[in-house]
Amino acid sequence: MTEPTHLTLSQARDALKAKTLSATELTKAHVDAIERAGALNCFITKTPELALQSARDSDARIAKGEARPLEGLPLGIKDLYCTKGVRTTAASRILDDFTPPYESTVSANLWRDGALMLGKLNLDEFAMGSSNETSAFGPVISPWRRKDASGGFDTARIVPGGSSGGSSAAVAAHLCLGATATDTGGSIRQPAAFTGTVGVKPTYGRCSRWGIVAFASSLDQAGPITRTVRDAAIMLRSMAGHDPKDTTSVDAPVPDYEASIGASVKGKRIGIPKEYRLDGLSPEIAALWDQGVAWLKDAGAEIVEISLPHTRTALPAYYIIAPAEASSNLARYDGVRYGLREKGRDITDMYEKTRARGFGAEVRRRVMIGTYVLSAGYYDAYYVRAQKIRSLIKRDFDIAFAAGVDAVLTPATPSPAFAIGEKGSADPVEMYLNDVFTVTVNMAGLPGLALPAGLSGNGLPLALQLIGRPFDEETLFSLASAIEQAAPKIQSPAPWWG
Amino acid sequence: MSVDSAVVRRIAHLSRIAVEDAEVERLQGELNAILAFVEELSEVDVSGVEPLTSVLPMKMKKRSDVVTDGGIADDVLANAPEREDHFFVVPKVIE
Repeated sequence: MTEPTHLTLSQARDALKAKTLSATELTKAHVDAIERAGALNCFITKTPELALQSARDSDARIAKGEARPLEGLPLGIKDLYCTKGVRTTAASRILDDFTPPYESTVSANLWRDGALMLGKLNLDEFAMGSSNETSAFGPVISPWRRKDASGGFDTARIVPGGSSGGSSAAVAAHLCLGATATDTGGSIRQPAAFTGTVGVKPTYGRCSRWGIVAFASSLDQAGPITRTVRDAAIMLRSMAGHDPKDTTSVDAPVPDYEASIGASVKGKRIGIPKEYRLDGLSPEIAALWDQGVAWLKDAGAEIVEISLPHTRTALPAYYIIAPAEASSNLARYDGVRYGLREKGRDITDMYEKTRARGFGAEVRRRVMIGTYVLSAGYYDAYYVRAQKIRSLIKRDFDIAFAAGVDAVLTPATPSPAFAIGEKGSADPVEMYLNDVFTVTVNMAGLPGLALPAGLSGNGLPLALQLIGRPFDEETLFSLASAIEQAAPKIQSPAPWWG
Repeated sequence: MSVDSAVVRRIAHLSRIAVEDAEVERLQGELNAILAFVEELSEVDVSGVEPLTSVLPMKMKKRSDVVTDGGIADDVLANAPEREDHFFVVPKVIE
């Protein structure tokens, strides 16, 4: 029989249903794989006992014929999702050993459908980063390695992308069947692109944000990272849905996304935005994009050039809006109600020392930028102007969709993954440029999907991104499955980590 | 626009983040790099454009003004770094 960790989520589901595999066997195999993978640093908190107990419950349900849609499937949960009774850190020292007395709506939806948790996955601190180097628990190491000139591997430790780097690395290394993630400017799609996995950032409002540690509330959205497009469709269906506890959660029925897998894409109009062909776009990425166009054409889609003229303003506007919202959201970490507290001579001194010690450098920097752009005298010049530009970015997409475009195809990242320490050490902006292709989607609230489409010259995964109309994730799944069919199969990296 | 060291200290205080003297220069450089990066936005014509307040054409939902939970003081205080009975304890605020 196939090693259980080699199964995709859908194959594991079918094997449990056919009773050729038990949930306990499946879970045990993943628990063992996690034990061997300490070198990747994917998990902040492991919950093997909880997982095995849930697996036994699932086996009992399956025996009674009471299996639910995700019965007995082991998942990883990004440590930004509050999990009742299980430590939740947001990869920050300031949350210390915070143990939520409540469960996030999205994770509760997964447990309602029978899935089980292997543990809490590492991330960039408060989801701020593009490489998972800002975690207070140390960086996650990608299971991928670069090929050197002699055809072997070099020793550089490759980043798994961020902020959902623990999620992407754990899925790529077969430590879980799928993982939850969150995306504020590309934090699902960029790590998926760097690790050869599939990441979906749904339409804003599709998944509840309740119980997920907030970064920038008007941009944050939960979504899955998996190894196949079908698996992402299965997971998203359970994660999505209306939640009265989140006023931005949309009250609309959740489609059966899995039914879109393999659906015809004949006649779909695919927009190719000319503004994404940046100066200095690597020839490798440009060729991959052309290849993606060819695959969709072969599948019967119609390709049209479109213009999204405000594309270049998205990233700078994001670096005003996201820090502004973060500075406000992170005001709650003051050493009073939960987490770290440093002693001070008065209450202000206590706040200042607690936050200086509790927040890492990137978080401190963003909170300060956010405070500055919201401060008296600068609010209109920075924040209100950025919100107006956000209207223009959204309008560009509205015009393209109104002209009959069903989805947009772009590269997912400007380059393959880099090694730890290679970017952003001298200038924080260098790191921010990683999200240049993904951030427009958050600014406009649209759904986006990244999927592997090839390998770079040095053997690292490269990805394409599909952007859809609001609440039309179904079209993205059908287009992505057409590309997945056409693209060369990418072999998972061989487990050098143990 | 760029910030000087006095502004860095003022922003840090407004952010309630203590900064050491030795950090100010580095922070000033980083904040100015970010402000230089967003500078190009000042060239975009935004006349007549409304700021975006919601990506969805959706009315803000309001729930009934009723208590949805309550009686969970122990839960609320469970993670407090310092507490007394059902109260959070902070350094003295009023003399």
